[in-house]
Amino acid sequence: MIETCNLSFIYRKEDIDTGKVTEELALKDLSIKIEKGSFTAVLGHNGSGKSTLAKHFNAILLPSGGKVYINGMDTLDEKKVFNIRQCAGMVFQNPDNQMVAAMVEDEVAFAPENLGVSPKEIRRRVDECLAAVNMTKYAFCSPSQLSGGQKQRVAIAAVLAMKPDILVLDEPTAMLDPMGRREVMETIKRLNREQGITVVLITHYMDEASQADRTIVMDDGEIVLDGTPKEVFKNVEKLKALGLDVPQVTLLAYELRKSGINIPEDILTEDECFDALNNVLGGASR
Amino acid sequence: MIKAENVCYVYQIGMPFERQALKNINLEIDDGSLVAIIGHTGSGKSTLIQHFNALVKPTSGKIEIDGINVTSKDADLKLVRRKVGIVFQYPEHQLFEETVYKDIAFGPKNMGLSDEEIDRRVRESAKMLGIKEKHLEKSPFDLSGGQKRRVAIAGVLAMRPSVLILDEPTAGLDPKGRDDILEIIKKLHEKNEKMIIIFVSHSMEDVAKTAEKVIVMNEGHVEMMGTVDEVFSKSKKLQEIGLDVPQITRLTNKLKDAGYDLPDNIYTVEEAAEAIKKLAGGVRNV
Repeated sequence: MIETCNLSFIYRKEDIDTGKVTEELALKDLSIKIEKGSFTAVLGHNGSGKSTLAKHFNAILLPSGGKVYINGMDTLDEKKVFNIRQCAGMVFQNPDNQMVAAMVEDEVAFAPENLGVSPKEIRRRVDECLAAVNMTKYAFCSPSQLSGGQKQRVAIAAVLAMKPDILVLDEPTAMLDPMGRREVMETIKRLNREQGITVVLITHYMDEASQADRTIVMDDGEIVLDGTPKEVFKNVEKLKALGLDVPQVTLLAYELRKSGINIPEDILTEDECFDALNNVLGGASR
Repeated sequence: MIKAENVCYVYQIGMPFERQALKNINLEIDDGSLVAIIGHTGSGKSTLIQHFNALVKPTSGKIEIDGINVTSKDADLKLVRRKVGIVFQYPEHQLFEETVYKDIAFGPKNMGLSDEEIDRRVRESAKMLGIKEKHLEKSPFDLSGGQKRRVAIAGVLAMRPSVLILDEPTAGLDPKGRDDILEIIKKLHEKNEKMIIIFVSHSMEDVAKTAEKVIVMNEGHVEMMGTVDEVFSKSKKLQEIGLDVPQITRLTNKLKDAGYDLPDNIYTVEEAAEAIKKLAGGVRNV
């Protein structure tokens, strides 16, 4: 479980020429709880504070004010930092920036090796984690031979090998093609469903956010919307004002409602939209 | 005009990882066109655009840029590279100067232009990209991701290329940053009658909204080439090769399959809303 209590974070910047220090409040008094086993998506435009928040979940950044607890461990407690990092694994946007080994298998073994896990157990974990992301076939490949989606799945396997309870992903699909995005999203959802791993997904893609259990929208260091995707995406006007999108079918339903067509406001998927339109149109001009 | 005749390209000839990246490419791109290139990772998109400014030369076949045969031994490659400006993926990583002004001026300066001419071009490009005068003296590293990217594009534009190529110009941007870039591409196209603009994208929604023509790459060859209508009307073929059509098009296709009388070429929410309102109006009148 992740819990933040009145979390604030200040970025300090020093101007090299003048020595003037400017402070920017990137997170403002955030208190949220993310339940064990849940799948939460975090949305927000660039600079809204979502990556800053995510980096607090494995103690890359430490609060300027307030507290962050990961499975009850205070991130400000220096003795707990290693436990916290093992417990909350992080995957970043660019897979090329986080690959260290020359072979896929070694990449996945890297973290447990550093944790001092026994060789036999490492072997077991590597096989298990590569299987969990459907990459067993590529165990002996060099990461440079893989597609973006495959690399990102290896990066996820490398984090899984630490046996984390929480997986924090910071725009993991931003650099991928549609197929790669689908592969990574399927993998994340399966890990959440089958292994009960808590997932926090930071994304710019509204269709990805709509697949989560809970969607949090951030703006200017604060949480402005929080609820199920259906509850959040209903707020079309507000999301637009925040510089965000809604899924195309949700926007369509919104436009149609505005012109007096009676269609539900909480449409998220193509199928829902199809059924609703089929109801309204009732076989027009068939 | 860009012309490719039977272009083939093989990576690492004679090595164990030898791979044919381009197979028999034949295409012509007329002056003044706005073209999108789509295709999954590894389909040859990036290899193809690198041929357009002679960063890579074909293993066999011929490339002509504005009548210059790039493949001939005495071709003036310097001239070709001035004519064809490429904005690579994540171009903001290539910013390096102290100020935004100097970064944009770097290209024109290397061309040996006079100071007045450089100044004129820097200000003109900055204006085109929506970069404010007051930002010109700032460090590029103090800008947001979307702003940095616009500075990088301005730097290429300041060389006044006759062909502008952008490799995934919207990757990693938030929805607002993405829309800004797409608007700029459209504006550049409108204001420069003869300039060829080519952009690579994974987002079918962006392509449908922005491009006039689409080149579809698959496994190193041109799978399709045509107008947005021609390409997106073949949704089954696109899905077979790991691509897609916009979500809204999938929805209207489904409605059409169910017998509703909707036009074929719907790619945006506005178009769909218009068409469905018409249908619903028909229902009410009955």
